[in-house]
Amino acid sequence: MSAEDVSKVRGKFGAKVKSSGEFRSEHTVTVELDSLHDVLAFAKKELGFDMVIDICSLDHFGEDPRFEMVYELVTLDDSKHLRVKSPVGEDEKVPTVTDIWAGADWHEREVYDMMGIPFSGHPDLRRILMWEGYPFHPLRKDFPLAGRPSDMPDVAFTGVAPLEGGPFVTCAGGDDTVDREPRARVLS
Amino acid sequence: MVSDSSQPLHAAYDSKIEGNVIITKVDAAINWMRKNSMWPMPMGLACCAIEMMAAACSRFDLSRFGMEVMRFSPRQADVMIVSGTVTYKMALAVKRVWDQMPEPKWCIAMGACASSGGMYRSYAVLQGIDKLIPVDVYISGCPPRPEALIEGLMKVQRKIEAESSTQEQKAVFFEETA
Repeated sequence: MSAEDVSKVRGKFGAKVKSSGEFRSEHTVTVELDSLHDVLAFAKKELGFDMVIDICSLDHFGEDPRFEMVYELVTLDDSKHLRVKSPVGEDEKVPTVTDIWAGADWHEREVYDMMGIPFSGHPDLRRILMWEGYPFHPLRKDFPLAGRPSDMPDVAFTGVAPLEGGPFVTCAGGDDTVDREPRARVLS
Repeated sequence: MVSDSSQPLHAAYDSKIEGNVIITKVDAAINWMRKNSMWPMPMGLACCAIEMMAAACSRFDLSRFGMEVMRFSPRQADVMIVSGTVTYKMALAVKRVWDQMPEPKWCIAMGACASSGGMYRSYAVLQGIDKLIPVDVYISGCPPRPEALIEGLMKVQRKIEAESSTQEQKAVFFEETA
């Protein structure tokens, strides 16, 4: 089913479709950013993808364009699935799809909050997890896992978590928990 | 309880109230009253809160120790049980609730997250509530069992027993008036 949809998208948008592929019966089309909204509207109206189950983003740090949007589309009867991707440059805005699927609202706010990709035409583009005024976008590749210090008086502050050599420091074979899960790993 | 003894009674001894009067220190009496009616402020933030609820329910029954009056207003609470992951977004709200609690007050950091950030060595999580408010008792576990929470509350009771509350109040009073 989805293979037909991919060829329909290719037939309608032609050169705007950069690539398409299949992996374990999941179909992906990658389109140019300027036709992304049209492709998604076409997928909803003509191909019957009436639900967007996830909108997320990738950070290809060091490449150009840096970011990539990923839209996971399904039909309500779960008969088919389509993944639409689109590369986004660092200073580009992504057209909102809240006019196509109302449920895209919070997904786009999350992408905006965590990755720092702005959306044009979004009705309520605020941060959804971190607070307004937090200066960083934590899911970017150049953001350290331990976090960075920040301070907004009377709102919130952040510090740097003591990672001590890894997100989870465990050492097999210790006699007790103190040895197996040290608070700090001594590197020899 | 009237004594039927025929022996002559001591002048200061009133047999009519014998058995109804005890003599103690004010500190001991105050501490005894405080420790047997600790009203917890349940600061339930994550899965530890589920264990806290279990501890308050019939199977474990905190009320056996006089700690069952969970107050959702900080102004009526004595001991704050910080149970769960304290995110930076929540941290100042927890501090604010703590500041609204009247003295004397105690704090329990329940579970790994509240004590040290736990497994969340992350940009989003405060690495231990003791960075913001003074903690009296830390309870280990992820999450701790209800028995552990009860043990923690009994540790607070033991701490209250040993406090010299009026002496400290007197010291503060003299400092302020001096």
